[in-house]
Amino acid sequence: MKLTRLKQGKRLTTREYIYNFFATISGLTIFNIEFFKQVFVPPYEISEIKKHMDELGVKTFGIVSVTGFIIGLVLAMQSQPVLARFGASDFLPGMVALSVVRELGPVITALIFAGRVSSGIGAELGSMRVTEQIDAMEVSAVNPFKYLVVTRIIATTMILPILTIYVIIIALLGGYLAVIIVESMNFEYYRTAVVSSIEFGDFIPGVAKTFVFGYIVGLVGSYKGFTAEGGTEGVGKASTTSVVVSSLLILIFDMILVKISLWLWPTLG
Amino acid sequence: MVMADSRVVVIKNLSKRFDTLSVLENISLEVTRGENLIVFGRSGQGKSVLLKCIIGLMAPDSGEIFINGQNIGKLKISELNQVRKNIGFLFQSSALYDSMTVNENLSFPLKRHFPDMAQKEIDDKVKYTLELVSLEEAINKMPAELSGGMKKRIGLARSIITDPELMLYDEPTTGLDPITTKEISELILSLQKKLNMTSIVVTHDLICAEIIADRAIFLKDSKIAYEGDIKQLTESNDSFLKNFFSHEILANQNESKKV
Ligand SMILES: Nc1ncnc2c1ncn2[C@@H]1O[C@H](COP(=O)(O)OP(=O)(O)OP(=O)(O)O)[C@@H](O)[C@H]1O
Ligand SMILES: [Mg+2]
Repeated sequence: MKLTRLKQGKRLTTREYIYNFFATISGLTIFNIEFFKQVFVPPYEISEIKKHMDELGVKTFGIVSVTGFIIGLVLAMQSQPVLARFGASDFLPGMVALSVVRELGPVITALIFAGRVSSGIGAELGSMRVTEQIDAMEVSAVNPFKYLVVTRIIATTMILPILTIYVIIIALLGGYLAVIIVESMNFEYYRTAVVSSIEFGDFIPGVAKTFVFGYIVGLVGSYKGFTAEGGTEGVGKASTTSVVVSSLLILIFDMILVKISLWLWPTLG
Repeated sequence: MVMADSRVVVIKNLSKRFDTLSVLENISLEVTRGENLIVFGRSGQGKSVLLKCIIGLMAPDSGEIFINGQNIGKLKISELNQVRKNIGFLFQSSALYDSMTVNENLSFPLKRHFPDMAQKEIDDKVKYTLELVSLEEAINKMPAELSGGMKKRIGLARSIITDPELMLYDEPTTGLDPITTKEISELILSLQKKLNMTSIVVTHDLICAEIIADRAIFLKDSKIAYEGDIKQLTESNDSFLKNFFSHEILANQNESKKV
């Protein structure tokens, strides 16, 4: 695996920024290929994957719960008067449900996940790199890419969809709270309205794209951490740039994936 | 005439540069079985880079490195790992795994190099090796809870736990007090005697060097500038060596006085 080194330095020229941009893209591509080359080859390091999944779940559970609830609540509070103005208050549960399931749930969960997890992976692997722990693993006959990178990417890819489904449920509960503040509606009615307004074609693409987002978070964090250099400063940089790059990629891929899902399920456009 | 099989490490015309900085130029070196070779050199002269090339963590730009007759630049990763099984490497920074306890740090190379080893055997080995570096009580600590010198000793324990034939020590005693320095140096010496271990030791430390050295080389300006037994180097009339070792000696004496 031969990677292009990024230009280092406190103040980079525009040229160097552009160089780093393309070097990062090529580095991520190489990491991506390396992942698929190694993921099906034993040893699978299952215990490491499980450990990472546990940690990721615990790390993000609290923050996504709060955010999810507030998103649903605010969305419903904002939409309520607008719908009322058009005499369409009945559509509120369905509207909240569709927005949360198709777009807000997946993307916001992914962005929070990127902020919390990508930076964590970047910092963790970055400090392992600059303190020679990764070299030490290699000396102990461990393939560090397999042991550190592949396991983390698998963990983030599997955890994010689960978190997203959870966030969607929490956000819908938040939406219900907003509804009953304004008018009385029994929960059963809300639930039926929500469920009947969501179709397969809404739910599956929404959740499916989070596999891609989870993969991006793991990939970018690992790439930045694994290739960190330059002591503690390099670790800090690996951590922050991971968040920036993975958030950006999530939004770009969201655009692409929405386009693809509309093409696959055109009636729902 | 040296018998071919008694040479554990053979380095031929090794060169290594980083961008424009030439770190090693045309280094050739042989280390025979059971020998302790000391590598001196001022900071930034490529001592650590030399060790990393020997174990295959860095690829030289040109030249060849043979370990027990195998050209490590030409090996597949699985073959290289077989060679590494018999090599211990003490990192200058100790490189302990932050997320693991001392116990897990020490078990790690055993589990990885010897997947079939029984847990009981691993536990015994960990305990025994911790005794060698006098840190039995640290077994359940995390690296962050250890002092610099303790980290160094745990790093040493981790690198010798597999009973390697060849040990590469990157500054094993830097940052240790003179008494611990002596103990660690004597440990290195006893490993050499007991296991007929071959060692390459990078150090600035004369106490350590005088205890363990069979032979020493001095890296300067990317080359092996001097070579000989330790007395030849320390008592040399060469102005550079005189200057280097007088500073080392002063530094060591000052440290000894403090204790
Ligand atoms: N990965 C690397 N990338 C770029 N330059 C490097 C790298 N590793 C080492 N160098 C450079 O190579 C030179 C030799 O470094 P090395 O670590 O071998 O020095 P050293 O002799 O071990 O010094 P010290 O006694 O301070 O540990 C230094 O100038 C260093 O900047
Ligand atoms: Mg060094």
